[in-house]
Amino acid sequence: MTHRSYIVGAVLLAIGFATMAVGHFIGLFVAPREAMMGDVGRILYVHVPTAWGALLLYSGAFIAAIGSMWTGRRGWDAATTAMVEAGTVMTFLLLVQGSLWARPTWGTYWTWDPRLTTSAVLAAAFGVVLLLRRLIDQPARRAMATSVATIVAFVDVPIVYFSVKWWNSLHQPVSNLGSVDSPMMQPLLIAAIAIMFIGAGLSILRFRIELARLVAEEAAPDLPDMPDPLHLEGSDKPVQAEGSPS
Amino acid sequence: MKPAIQRRLFLLGALLVAGGALGVIAWGGIGDNLVYFWTPAQVAANADKAVGATIRLGGVVQAGTVHWEQDQQLLTFTVGESTVDTKTPLQVEAKSAPPQMFREGIGVVVEGTMRTDGVFSADKVMVKHSNEYRAPTGEADVKKLYATVEDL
Repeated sequence: MTHRSYIVGAVLLAIGFATMAVGHFIGLFVAPREAMMGDVGRILYVHVPTAWGALLLYSGAFIAAIGSMWTGRRGWDAATTAMVEAGTVMTFLLLVQGSLWARPTWGTYWTWDPRLTTSAVLAAAFGVVLLLRRLIDQPARRAMATSVATIVAFVDVPIVYFSVKWWNSLHQPVSNLGSVDSPMMQPLLIAAIAIMFIGAGLSILRFRIELARLVAEEAAPDLPDMPDPLHLEGSDKPVQAEGSPS
Repeated sequence: MKPAIQRRLFLLGALLVAGGALGVIAWGGIGDNLVYFWTPAQVAANADKAVGATIRLGGVVQAGTVHWEQDQQLLTFTVGESTVDTKTPLQVEAKSAPPQMFREGIGVVVEGTMRTDGVFSADKVMVKHSNEYRAPTGEADVKKLYATVEDL
């Protein structure tokens, strides 16, 4: 029953990584150097797709959170969690990539520019969603808390996108078809398609795992399905490996 | 209350809070108070506030104004509202090596403070890149590259 979606997820990931390899081969070896930044400018091909991926995953999570609250079905809850997690991984990658790009071009790893600040808030806000989820045991309350927190955290997504338009910024404005030369647009678009596949693959795999966990939890609510470091009650006895001397 | 109705009321509440927050930030003028950098004209208009306070100044490096004294590690240049600014160009003095991309006609953001003599004393010089990514051409059209910066 579950096997098919694991295969679909794995296939999407494989397509994504293969496409990414092609895109970055073109980006690194075929596309010309950027006129001002030289080879450093090639990080464009990973940074911009990562940003699009993160914002799309959070948008998906926002829709799933609405679905979760409207229907109360655990599939939507699992989907919300899956996309928040995948999006948060991409947001952290985004911050690291941006910082590595900023040092040689702007001259600093970090500055409290509106785009950078709102992106850091994005990682923190959705990090809180995941933390909150770990802290609540009762499934219906947990689904509600996850959804409400996701909807509130999502407010930052359009703010990140428009930050470079609304405020004075050091960060470059939104890239578009006219602002990137066509030999550079090609690897950028290939890498963006790759990120969409990777994001979808990760989300489907994570969704399936979370759904299985929720089903198992309902079948045996008192049995913790995994060791949970945040729940300390009952763990005051030191854990001992079988057969070890006491 | 039935759980389904309660859930949907919470959904409505969450969407209203989220929409309201976004509306306030987008159209409520909060943005006007969040200033990452001042332009030379804004600094000129608020000269009394700029002296002594740590601020960021953003603008375009004016052609023919860049001097770098290696032995003193002293970088001086003039920043204007656009590539050619005759109204409120501002003299900047920085005690740091210029970043690699630093050059005439490029957008910069500098952190520091106004001195009483009207010179901006900068601790940090950052270079702004536009959203344009171009393959190198025979003669680089610098003005076009920084079209975005000129729109400040």
